[in-house]
Amino acid sequence: MIAWTFISAFMGSVVLLLLPSERKALARWVALGTAGVGFAMAVLAFCKFDRSASAAPFQFVVEREWIPSLGIGFHLGADGISLVLLLLTGLIAITGVLFSWNIERSPNRFFALFLIIIGGAYGVFLSTDVFLLLVCYEIVILPKYLLIAGWGSTRKSYGAMKLTLYSIVGSALALAAIMATYVVAGQGSFDLFTLAGADYPAAFQAWAFPLMFVGFAILAGMWPFHTWAPTGHVAAPTAGSMLLAGLVMKLGAYGALRVAMPLFPAGLAQWQGIFAALAAFSILYGALAALAQRDLKFVIGYSSISHMGFVMLGLMTLSVIGVSGAVLQMVSHGIIAALLFAVAGRMIYDRTHTRDLDELGRLGLARKLPFAAVVFLIASSASMGLPGFSGFIAELTVLIGTLDSLPLLLLIVGPAIVLTVAFTLKALQATFFADGPVERGTPLDPITLPEKMGAGLLIAATLIVGLWPMPFLQLILRSFDSPLMRVLFE
Amino acid sequence: MAMIEFPILTALLLLPLATAVAVMLTPAGRPGLSRGVALGGSLLSLVLVLLLWSQFDASAQGLQQVERTAWIPALNVEYFLGLDGLTLMLLLLGGLLVPLALAAPLPAKAEPRLFLALVLCLQAMVFGVFLSLNFVLWFLFWELSLIPAFLLIKIWGGSGRSRAAYQFFIYTLTGSVGMLLGFLALYLATGVFDFMALAELARSGALLEALNQSYGSMMGAENVRLLIFGGVLFGLAVKVPMIPFHSWLPDAYAEAPSSVTLLLTGLLSKMGLYGFLRILLPIFPEPLQALQPLLLGLALATILLSSLAALAQTDLKRMLAYSSINHLGYCLLGLFAVVAVTTVEGARDAAMSGVMLQIFNHGLTAGALFYFISLIESRSGGLHGLDDFGGLRRVAPVLCGLMGIGLFASLGLPGLNGFVSEFLIFRGVFSLHPWAAVLALPALLFTAIFLLRILSRVFFGPLNERWSGFADLSIRERICGGTAVALMFVVGIFPGVLLHLINPSVLDMLRFLP
Repeated sequence: MIAWTFISAFMGSVVLLLLPSERKALARWVALGTAGVGFAMAVLAFCKFDRSASAAPFQFVVEREWIPSLGIGFHLGADGISLVLLLLTGLIAITGVLFSWNIERSPNRFFALFLIIIGGAYGVFLSTDVFLLLVCYEIVILPKYLLIAGWGSTRKSYGAMKLTLYSIVGSALALAAIMATYVVAGQGSFDLFTLAGADYPAAFQAWAFPLMFVGFAILAGMWPFHTWAPTGHVAAPTAGSMLLAGLVMKLGAYGALRVAMPLFPAGLAQWQGIFAALAAFSILYGALAALAQRDLKFVIGYSSISHMGFVMLGLMTLSVIGVSGAVLQMVSHGIIAALLFAVAGRMIYDRTHTRDLDELGRLGLARKLPFAAVVFLIASSASMGLPGFSGFIAELTVLIGTLDSLPLLLLIVGPAIVLTVAFTLKALQATFFADGPVERGTPLDPITLPEKMGAGLLIAATLIVGLWPMPFLQLILRSFDSPLMRVLFE
Repeated sequence: MAMIEFPILTALLLLPLATAVAVMLTPAGRPGLSRGVALGGSLLSLVLVLLLWSQFDASAQGLQQVERTAWIPALNVEYFLGLDGLTLMLLLLGGLLVPLALAAPLPAKAEPRLFLALVLCLQAMVFGVFLSLNFVLWFLFWELSLIPAFLLIKIWGGSGRSRAAYQFFIYTLTGSVGMLLGFLALYLATGVFDFMALAELARSGALLEALNQSYGSMMGAENVRLLIFGGVLFGLAVKVPMIPFHSWLPDAYAEAPSSVTLLLTGLLSKMGLYGFLRILLPIFPEPLQALQPLLLGLALATILLSSLAALAQTDLKRMLAYSSINHLGYCLLGLFAVVAVTTVEGARDAAMSGVMLQIFNHGLTAGALFYFISLIESRSGGLHGLDDFGGLRRVAPVLCGLMGIGLFASLGLPGLNGFVSEFLIFRGVFSLHPWAAVLALPALLFTAIFLLRILSRVFFGPLNERWSGFADLSIRERICGGTAVALMFVVGIFPGVLLHLINPSVLDMLRFLP
């Protein structure tokens, strides 16, 4: 059943490619329907997941042969971590389609590429075969490039190329490390659990772990491997930015958590301090860089680096609470970044054709687009980590974990939190509530129904996770009982 | 009681929010109707508070009307509301001030419905702070109160509003981060976020032991406790504010519309003081004691410097802003003095009762004064300079009479509310730390000078011809202003009503002092 999440996405994308490009309305509905099916599957899996103490940590298991001679299987399974990320994927898929409703240039091809990325993301979150996981990871790269190069804005070929090169380098590093692991394990299998069961010499772990971890961390936007992220986010069309910040960055963090960390506990212990420091510095660096930007999308782009720093920091705490916070932060940042990019890209840029903070300030947007102002206010509050929104509970748990295992890093993270508030507030003021004279100008198109629905869904999601985090947290915590994840905390 | 009771505290939190929604649903372009709905809702909140008062058992110690359910069990976070005498007094203050703010002239700019709705949201958040007894829930309200306050300053403020709003937000949030990290450290050591449980742990010495186990090897439990205390103190001190963490306040108070300033000083500053009483005193009595000379010095600096600064202002709102810092400084003085070990019977009780009463009195007086300023502003087209007026007494005798009483209450004239509480604080502090009480006295003189200057420059003297058409108070304004002034007399003459209410809280808190 769970496989239908990505099978449906790929099928939808094939159907879209077969559609004649003038059937624009049909293409939109097909895309929305496909996204809806995926989300429904994710919700169904979330509800049907057996939460009893005796239940297996990985459920909905599928085990098929694929390339038996190499020990590559089509192995799927979902634990709590996968499930919450599946929900996120489904949500981003639906809202991404809603915020792309106005695409006029061959929407069928646009949505086909969009759904391939979604399908790839589902695949990554579900694979329990490392090779399959990496294949899904790579499936995402090409459509990303085409989406940005075809439908993007601002220096789109540069942004698309940089993003693609970084992604390829990242997955090449990860692939090299996985190949080496496959050989060293000597089990002739790419199955995650088999690989995790093998013993690796400490000397091997000492270099294989950083290789694989960095390979994944590039996509997670960790400093100093982050530079693809802001340019890519800015160049992408709205749904592309939502995917990049909302999902693609999570793929990197998920790869690090699911593959790199459980396989090499010794390497992890050795490198914990260094990567934790890099993560903490990402938080600070992203916030400082965001404070200096004049382009609204760049502000959000750098803020994503800062927020993803919390994910990586949480992973590096190696405490139950910190890692669960990291997973929650993946979900939370996915929702919030998608919402921020939707406002900046769809609601504002598509109407005003500028993202310069000074120019936006002169437009008097709070009066012309009150709905967008309210949505951006809520998204900003959530992004600042105000309590009641998902960002708070996620960052709170990461902070508890950090305080527990790496207290000195709080000297970096504490000021960064204040800076986050400073740049978010600055962007909010400059965009919607700037002082000074307001140009009359032409009235802007009113906010459309799909935009309102998309914003409503994402706001509801951040509030649900913020106010009732327990169902999600419980699932995440449960998944740490599996032999695979337990090694992290020993 | 065995039967399931109506969750009246939750209702008190939801009512303003529901009213805010109702206000937004009223038709645009009918500010009278919108304001009527808002006022109705806020008066209903007041009725709920009075209902709580009628059910309140002032002879019992401890919490009443407790509502408690699990929220995030993995982190030991609960939805935990409760009420004691101090809380009830603060709710009463909020219940009175919010209708007053809503009845004040609406700012001219932008959408009035949004303004009213934001004021009501602010009320819900502040009530949440007063009622929550689990840190995470409390912090939720503490932080969320910033959003409506920020927007109220940012959208409806004066010419320097952007800077003021930004400064206000960043400054308070920086304080909150210190507090948050402090509480996370406590949580890691003890596993609880519950204020009551933490206070009990502190009293039994288990807190220090837990800190020792978690951090002892790093830097010693007492140092860690001092560090945590510093973080929490910083967060609370910004909010009150205590010098030197006050620099956001004059801008914010002066730029905000007066009806918002009324709430900022009347209610929001009380969140900080409430934190001192509910959190700092019971959980950190030893660090308070250890740092007492420094803290008393800061409280004295707050009292003296703010009264001098008020003397130097030429703007009514800035003057009263500094005067607010000054009055809250007395609360801080009492709070910091009370931890001293003493054998003098009743000194601690007096200081503590004085502090709590002063919270109410300052809220009432400052709230009323800013209400009158809002009336002056609405008539003068937004002017509020000290020298913009003159001789208003001739054209608006009722306004000047009522506001004059308010100014005298602020000065601490016997028979009015401020006298009782400041007297109690001084009596307590004098027995505990005579020199501190003596050093604070000159501030009373400075206060008298600047308040009299307001009287003489604005109300007396030759009438500034520009204001010959200045209207006196309307019936509605007389009712609002008159009620506030009448309450000043009631509290001044029968302070026992409130003292009776807060007495169990006083005893409860003193229990935690070594």
